[in-house]
Amino acid sequence: MKRIASTMTNMVLVLTIVSVLAAGVLATVNRMTLPKIEKINQDMTGQGVRKVMGNENIQVASPDTCEGNILYRVTDSNGQSLGTAVVTETQGFGGPLKVMVGFSTEGVILGYTVLGTSETPGLGTKASSWFQKGGKGDIVGKNPSRNKLAVKQDKGEIDAITASTITSRAFLAAINNAYRSLNPDASVTITSASVLQQDTLNNLTTGKDR
Amino acid sequence: MNNLKIFLNGVVKENPTLVLLLGMCPTLGTTSSAINGLSMGVATTFVLIMSNFIISCIKNLVPDKVRIPCYIVVIASLVTLLQMLLQAYLPAIYATLGLYIPLIVVNCIILGRAESFAAKHGPGASIVDGLGMGIGFTWALTLLGAVREWLGTGILFRSDDFGLSGWTLQGEDYGILFFVLAPGAFLVLGYLIALFNQSIKK
Repeated sequence: MKRIASTMTNMVLVLTIVSVLAAGVLATVNRMTLPKIEKINQDMTGQGVRKVMGNENIQVASPDTCEGNILYRVTDSNGQSLGTAVVTETQGFGGPLKVMVGFSTEGVILGYTVLGTSETPGLGTKASSWFQKGGKGDIVGKNPSRNKLAVKQDKGEIDAITASTITSRAFLAAINNAYRSLNPDASVTITSASVLQQDTLNNLTTGKDR
Repeated sequence: MNNLKIFLNGVVKENPTLVLLLGMCPTLGTTSSAINGLSMGVATTFVLIMSNFIISCIKNLVPDKVRIPCYIVVIASLVTLLQMLLQAYLPAIYATLGLYIPLIVVNCIILGRAESFAAKHGPGASIVDGLGMGIGFTWALTLLGAVREWLGTGILFRSDDFGLSGWTLQGEDYGILFFVLAPGAFLVLGYLIALFNQSIKK
């Protein structure tokens, strides 16, 4: 069979048919997979909230959003408030760093989980265990308004991950950012990524070790 | 050219990564660990086989002057399809590759094989070529990822997304961080290319 000649009609016709077919296939598959994808995302969120609240028997209210953060108000089976799980995102070393952190009603950190990261394997990816209870940079049980959640290099009280100070800063900025969305008036140590960058720049120009 | 020869051509003689040096962006970007390299290779192989097959089937129906846009539409649709299927049925792979999946569209191995092979051969041979090239790409990426992970973190085949703790070789405290970072990718790839070409020339 000979190839179709490149006349204007043929070209327009073929491109249109190819595009329509492609769109049709994609729409069908999208319709098939969408409910499943939504269910997976919901399950993962549910598991994450249970993990960061350190409690299996909880009720999660439908999420609110606040300054780009997602807030899940959590109650126990009697309707007593247990606190809030917050999903927030900051810019890490390799890309966005998405963290879910659980706060008690007093603002004490109950737990956290890293939901998405593009950090360097063996370095920044340690964030998922480093700041857990018993880890070297333990943040569980701390309260961002009483404890200065910043790395020691920034005169805070948290040990940064070895050789991953940028990831550690981004992680702590996420925690503080999450806390701020619960308590808008609270003064926390690190408020935004721009402060961080300015800080890094200052350190670089003064030749101080980051 | 028989099918075995086409297959081995992709796996060894014209290995897309180590001989043709195509698709360097995903090669360098995703190979920070062996599992990442393997997942990228398998995902690309799927797209490569499907795109080679479809393009070989429609090659005579597509006028010459619009063949590239048509091929790109086919490839982009396949990648989107793959993305949706992975998200729904294999969320672990999706979590590992995330951002890199859409980049498969612009992987020049795929358009390259469509142009230089599928557009000139029948559907059967094109599938074999896609499989060979895909496996060639996959083993090269897995090896590159394994070397970087071993030297860089002291652990092999570790993946949090898949829940694999991996084999601890020399241990995390003796990892040379350089190899996990971007410059390490260039260095290891350079050595692999040199060693591979030396060994197949003999």
